[in-house]
Amino acid sequence: MGSGATGPVGRVWQLRAGVRAYGLIVMMWIRSTMTYRASFAMTTFGNFAATAFDFVTILLMFAHTEALGGYSLPEIALLYGLAGTAFGLTDLLLGSVDRLGRRVRDGTLDTLLVRPVPVLAQVAADRFALRRLGRVFQGLLVLGYALVVLDVDWSPLKVLMLPLAVVSGAAIFAAVFVTGAAFQFVAQDAAEVQNGFTYGGSTLLQYPPTIFAKELVRGVTFVVPLAFVNWLPALYVLGREAPAGLPGWLAFLPPVVAVGCVGLAGLAWRVGLRSYRSTGS
Amino acid sequence: MAVAVEVTGADSTGAGPGPGFIEVDAVEKVFSVRRRGASRLRREKHEVRAVDGISFRVARGEMVGYIGPNGAGKSTTIKMLTGILTPSGGRLRVAGIDPARERTRLSYRIGVVFGQRTTLWWDLPLRDSYRLVHRMYRIPDARYRENLARCVELLDLGELLDVPVRQLSLGQRMRGDIAAALLHDPDVLYLDEPTIGLDVVSKAEVREFLRDLNAERGTTVLLTTHDLTDIEQLCKRVMVIDHGRLMYDGELAGLHEVGRSERTLVVDLERAAAPIELEGVRVVKVEGPRQWLAFPASRSAAPIVTAVAAAYPLVDLSVREPDIEAVIAKMYAGRS
Amino acid sequence: MRLYMAVAVGGFRRYATYRVATAAGVFANTVFGFIMAYTYIALWDERPRLGGYDQAEALTFVWLGQALLMTCAMMGGGFGEELVDRIRTGDVAIDLYRPVDLQLWWLAGDLGRAAFHLIGRGIAPMVLGGLVFELVLPADPLTWVAFLVSVALGVVVSFAVRYLLALSAFWLLDGTGVLQISMLTGLFFSGMLLPLTLFPGALGEVARALPWSSLLQIPADVFLGKHTGWGLIRAYAFQAGWAVLLLGAGRALQTVATRRVVVQGG
Repeated sequence: MGSGATGPVGRVWQLRAGVRAYGLIVMMWIRSTMTYRASFAMTTFGNFAATAFDFVTILLMFAHTEALGGYSLPEIALLYGLAGTAFGLTDLLLGSVDRLGRRVRDGTLDTLLVRPVPVLAQVAADRFALRRLGRVFQGLLVLGYALVVLDVDWSPLKVLMLPLAVVSGAAIFAAVFVTGAAFQFVAQDAAEVQNGFTYGGSTLLQYPPTIFAKELVRGVTFVVPLAFVNWLPALYVLGREAPAGLPGWLAFLPPVVAVGCVGLAGLAWRVGLRSYRSTGS
Repeated sequence: MAVAVEVTGADSTGAGPGPGFIEVDAVEKVFSVRRRGASRLRREKHEVRAVDGISFRVARGEMVGYIGPNGAGKSTTIKMLTGILTPSGGRLRVAGIDPARERTRLSYRIGVVFGQRTTLWWDLPLRDSYRLVHRMYRIPDARYRENLARCVELLDLGELLDVPVRQLSLGQRMRGDIAAALLHDPDVLYLDEPTIGLDVVSKAEVREFLRDLNAERGTTVLLTTHDLTDIEQLCKRVMVIDHGRLMYDGELAGLHEVGRSERTLVVDLERAAAPIELEGVRVVKVEGPRQWLAFPASRSAAPIVTAVAAAYPLVDLSVREPDIEAVIAKMYAGRS
Repeated sequence: MRLYMAVAVGGFRRYATYRVATAAGVFANTVFGFIMAYTYIALWDERPRLGGYDQAEALTFVWLGQALLMTCAMMGGGFGEELVDRIRTGDVAIDLYRPVDLQLWWLAGDLGRAAFHLIGRGIAPMVLGGLVFELVLPADPLTWVAFLVSVALGVVVSFAVRYLLALSAFWLLDGTGVLQISMLTGLFFSGMLLPLTLFPGALGEVARALPWSSLLQIPADVFLGKHTGWGLIRAYAFQAGWAVLLLGAGRALQTVATRRVVVQGG
């Protein structure tokens, strides 16, 4: 059987080949962008500013109030910083997978299918743009601000919670991105549905869960588990109760949820790709 | 009238001379599409047989033209042969590999050029695109250098290697794309409309290169095209597909026969004259001293020219080959 | 005139063919509408009558924003990317030799697009928002008409800004950076993220004087009945003034750009 076949050995091979190809293509994109330096500088700044405007909006709100949904500005900054950093990382690493539908439509997906590297790696690396670091920086900056001004009773577990939340959160967002892309194999024009979940999700998480309807909070815990990105871990760090009457131990689950989501997303991708290869649409 | 499908190459068991390097047995591809039905809201499911039971063999080192009208099933076939699409039925093998099941393994053995979709990097020098192929296909360094040097020489890419692709002309880009598809030494090369949109000189260059490639390296080539000259100059064998079925498989000359197509002799006389009367020749058009004479493509032009020259004051003449669309159109007309 | 009419109809049709994309867009608009509506409720719970709006008016503002997001192209988009692409590839040289006015051509197409987006992407989120939240709808049909006029003016201002920015690709070769900046300013200074009446001090005054306020803030205020009588005329004059000024600037820049068309790879 060929090296691209299924089975555990095949999977590991595919993963390694995928990461390697991803790196190769990413380097090509970086060099491509460097041919337009003025634009690169501007877009990096733009990316930083784009997300900064989100936070400026929150600051403007706090110009009129002391608290939002019972949360102070530093507390919201913690939520914002964790979600922003996690989302920024995902956006940086595979932010262009939402262009899959376009590739299906214009037929360029076919050119990826005749190469000896996994299609997902090629799609994930597509249009890789270092300017998206702007978003990550912005998230980290707000996170830093929150950690400086917040009065938290730190414990080792709480400290550990932060990097864990960022990494798990990025993985959960990645799963949402890939699932959305897989959906576009079926509905090529549905990129906006994905935006609703990704950009919409990251906006949602910038605010405390107390301001949203209970059903909505439950929905983003159990259906699309975005609550594990920052709400549950951050609320634990802040010493607050879990939202919407959920049990407190959920705060420790983000890594588990992330692994589960990534697995499901991988499955969705395979189903999507298989359906494309059988329908060609 | 039914058209006999002549099976070239090995018989269906795969044995015999020139074992099928590409083997296609009763392959089908059925799509189900939703179409708006009688009422605007309800969409009816519709079955489209894009490829409807095609069988053929291509021997190693053959160069085959694959032609047919748009939507005939050409690109669907190519997509199945390259592993992009999974067939709905039948059996496919390319170099002994089942394309759908072992797409990755197959990709090392095949090169694909999609005429209108470049795989080169728009903003980067041509050389960079080749480096990516080098790494992606894990081509040994020495091999890569050798192949690149050969492509650069034969495709005349030397001056272009350091030019950003966006500054290349269409013809230069096509040559660049062909080179990119060959750096990993594929055994089979699929070309989808390799000369589309190119000027006459570029077309000639591309054809010459493909001929050399086939002759020297023994690369098997399957090409789809709208340009009959591509086929005439490159392929001994041609397959015609329409409505998902193989209508013809054989020599190009035979295709003319089947299509009962005609060549045209254009003669310029010294002065305007009555339509020339000659057995087996039909005057299609008269325009002053110029006349267009149609005769079966299978016949030699020489005796006709001699006969005309003997009876009329001849100034100049030229012979026009039938174009591919006309050939196929005639073929269908004869069939129904 | 007939030609530009045809171009506008073409612009409308072009977007109308993508049904799935439209439905997907409505979904995204609705998701964002919900999120923003909840944040506004939290804010107005703390500060009723903030920025001169009561809670129902604030929620109406949110959903108007979602309804007009595409129509007034607050995030850029529409023709911008296409024009930048044509400039980048040099195809624009062909456009410049055609016997049509480049700016009017794109404007006509963009108006057609906006008309479709108002119907296809505007109505559904507004209705969905209205089902869940209490919104303020004008009782007087004339207010609806006044609102639509203001939206039309907003689309022209939006077009004029995007046209100017897209032309900068003549000098930058890659216009993505510019398009991105235009998306930002469009979102922030139109009032999409927060009504401009909530912007404090000088920032607020500047924001309300910039052209982007024509995209959402002014149409929304017309909808909510904040501009009537002479106030309405003043609002229109503000929008029309920016439209004329920016279209003129675009025309001037176009003339300069035409002189230095560089065809890539020619």
